[in-house]
Amino acid sequence: MAELVAVIASTHHPFYYRASTAAGEERSPFADEWVRKVEAFRATLTKARPDVLVMVGADHFHQLWLDNMPQFLIGKAPFYDANFHNEEREFHLPKMLLTGQEDLSAHLLREGLDAGFDLAFSNELRIDHSITCPIITLRPEHDLPIVPVYTNIFAPPLPRPKRFVELGRTIRQLVQSWPSGQRVAVIGTGHLSLELGGPRQFGPHGPDPEFDHKAVEWISTGDIEGCLAEVTLDSLHAPGNATHGFMDFMLMMGVAGEGAKADYVDTYDLYHTMEAFFTWYPNGAAA
Amino acid sequence: MSKYLLNKFLFTIDRDPQLVERYREDPSGTMAWWEAEQANKILNCIDGEASTWLTFDDTERSALATHDYPTLFALGAHPFLTLTLFTALFKRDHIEPLGFQREYAQRLSHFALPYPDIAT
Repeated sequence: MAELVAVIASTHHPFYYRASTAAGEERSPFADEWVRKVEAFRATLTKARPDVLVMVGADHFHQLWLDNMPQFLIGKAPFYDANFHNEEREFHLPKMLLTGQEDLSAHLLREGLDAGFDLAFSNELRIDHSITCPIITLRPEHDLPIVPVYTNIFAPPLPRPKRFVELGRTIRQLVQSWPSGQRVAVIGTGHLSLELGGPRQFGPHGPDPEFDHKAVEWISTGDIEGCLAEVTLDSLHAPGNATHGFMDFMLMMGVAGEGAKADYVDTYDLYHTMEAFFTWYPNGAAA
Repeated sequence: MSKYLLNKFLFTIDRDPQLVERYREDPSGTMAWWEAEQANKILNCIDGEASTWLTFDDTERSALATHDYPTLFALGAHPFLTLTLFTALFKRDHIEPLGFQREYAQRLSHFALPYPDIAT
């Protein structure tokens, strides 16, 4: 069976690519420390020596649209082109081409359906910055095959937080039951408190540092119960109007497991939103 | 009122660089053309299989025709779509990095929780 060698959760900050590649007067004062933190985080994945990456993210109204909106979707394709015109325009993200691991996609779809998740699928999926940002931060060579998993954190009605946790638990079980000798890392990105297109956007910090503090505590200690006791679809409006992206962190807590203390935790308080980086090694440090 | 159609306008303009420029230069004409020619296109169907029932109301027409993004927010248009398109339209007019995004926040500062419902 496949081995789950790392579980990784982080924010996806589309400005990182630009900040980390800018030089001279264009380079922000916070860029060097940001790069240092990202490179340290990247080492936590490298150390696990994965063969395949399951990538959990959320399409931002790029390919998925309101005339046909899936709640949870798994890509099953040999290749995934990546990044869209408006991400190049706003974030200077490069066009990319990633390879797919169709065998694992097929396994997650078949077994996921049988486990009670009516998963949508796509045989031609162009992926966006929710998946390419962690590729850029964690595996910039983008040399490993991926399985994209998209969640709807964006277009209500949304699944409830508990459903995200349950899907995470199921993904873990399914990865571990994949008849393959490969080493799999599951990587998911979400948000802490975040406001987009509202009055609290682009402040000196994230819109709700108190929520961020609590969220980092829940994630780093694996406190799924505590998190589920406080976080609801309604409550997530308060920390910022795009904070429903936190549910992808909850999905990753489901992958990591109840009470699973993260082996690596780091944060970086930036303008607009706080960056947060978490790694778990299910079989002990870089087994 | 159709939050869905407002979102469809923002989405289809934003993804086409020529339409972004056209909407910047002629918001009223672009809105009228789009409502007449594009509003009923189902994005994954051929032209002959368009919808027949989608229209804006006068408040929506006026908001789109005047680049009035605070009103779009009030109407429940998806904030991500509005932010993305209006950043493409007007970021270039600001010298400060994030100058437009901060002005945008300021112009919405009279909104308090709960924000207008964005469910479609």
